[in-house]
Amino acid sequence: MEIRVNPTRMELNQLKKRLQMALRGHKLLKDKRDELISQFLERVRKNKELREEIEAELTAAMAKFLLARAVMPAEMLEEALMYPTTRLSLTVEKQNIMSVYAPRLSWKQEASTRGEESSIYPYGFVGTSAELDSSIETLAKILPKLMELAELEKAVQLLADEIEKTRRRVNALEYVLIPRMQETVRYITMKLDENERAALTRLMKIKDIVRAKV
Amino acid sequence: MSMYKIAVIGDKDSILGFKTLGVTTFPVVDAGAALAVLKQVSREKYAVLFITEELAQHLEDPIAELNKRFLPVVLPIPNNKGTLGIGISKVKESVEKAIGADILFRKEG
Repeated sequence: MEIRVNPTRMELNQLKKRLQMALRGHKLLKDKRDELISQFLERVRKNKELREEIEAELTAAMAKFLLARAVMPAEMLEEALMYPTTRLSLTVEKQNIMSVYAPRLSWKQEASTRGEESSIYPYGFVGTSAELDSSIETLAKILPKLMELAELEKAVQLLADEIEKTRRRVNALEYVLIPRMQETVRYITMKLDENERAALTRLMKIKDIVRAKV
Repeated sequence: MSMYKIAVIGDKDSILGFKTLGVTTFPVVDAGAALAVLKQVSREKYAVLFITEELAQHLEDPIAELNKRFLPVVLPIPNNKGTLGIGISKVKESVEKAIGADILFRKEG
């Protein structure tokens, strides 16, 4: 399918310019897509490994917690965990991956306002079980990894979206817009040539007629 | 620079341990309650949101909506019954969306 235009020289020039622009855009977008994909692959591999690791560890930690819950009365457990000693403060920055903006998380654990040196355990050791201690310890160890995973996974999701969009654009240019314009350029050129030939034959014919009269 | 918070949504038995780490916990029992929490939390200053897979599987659409945004990060995590494989399958979906074919997991399947 070609674009409906008047087959004039001006249109042809304009169209050629547009075609050139489209070709350039296509090349740029293609480069962008390739780079995005390589960035994406790098991250998604890490993401997969990290997630598998975390899922195993987290399940174990939660199982331990369940055990702790089983050996302690529920009220006591809740009481023990009621006031956390640490507070998590999280700051978010933007990181730019090929003009895809993904959050970069940086965080630190602060002891909440208490004079004494605080541990991650918000309770005394009387009345709580060892299972609880170990489950909380494992959780505390997993948390940094979880934050890393959060950052990675968000980047992966956003990149996937962007890649999809870019790929659509590349394909639209490659398979629709550019062929259509090329076809139209051909159509106009042919039409112009045809006109030229028509003019030429007309002139020759007229010349013949004029010569016959003389 | 502003401070953000972290939240975890899930059944009580799985998530209570997070409380000691300074993470805000939202114990819920069913998907409906989780959705309400999710809506509330996404309006507030939470940057990271852990949600158990058990609940996440019922809330695919709202989570997908949040995933398109810059913040918050919604992260499905396994609960104490083990993983349902939702987290991994989401990663897989991203790969399929981006590349068009699943090149990362194919070797295993």
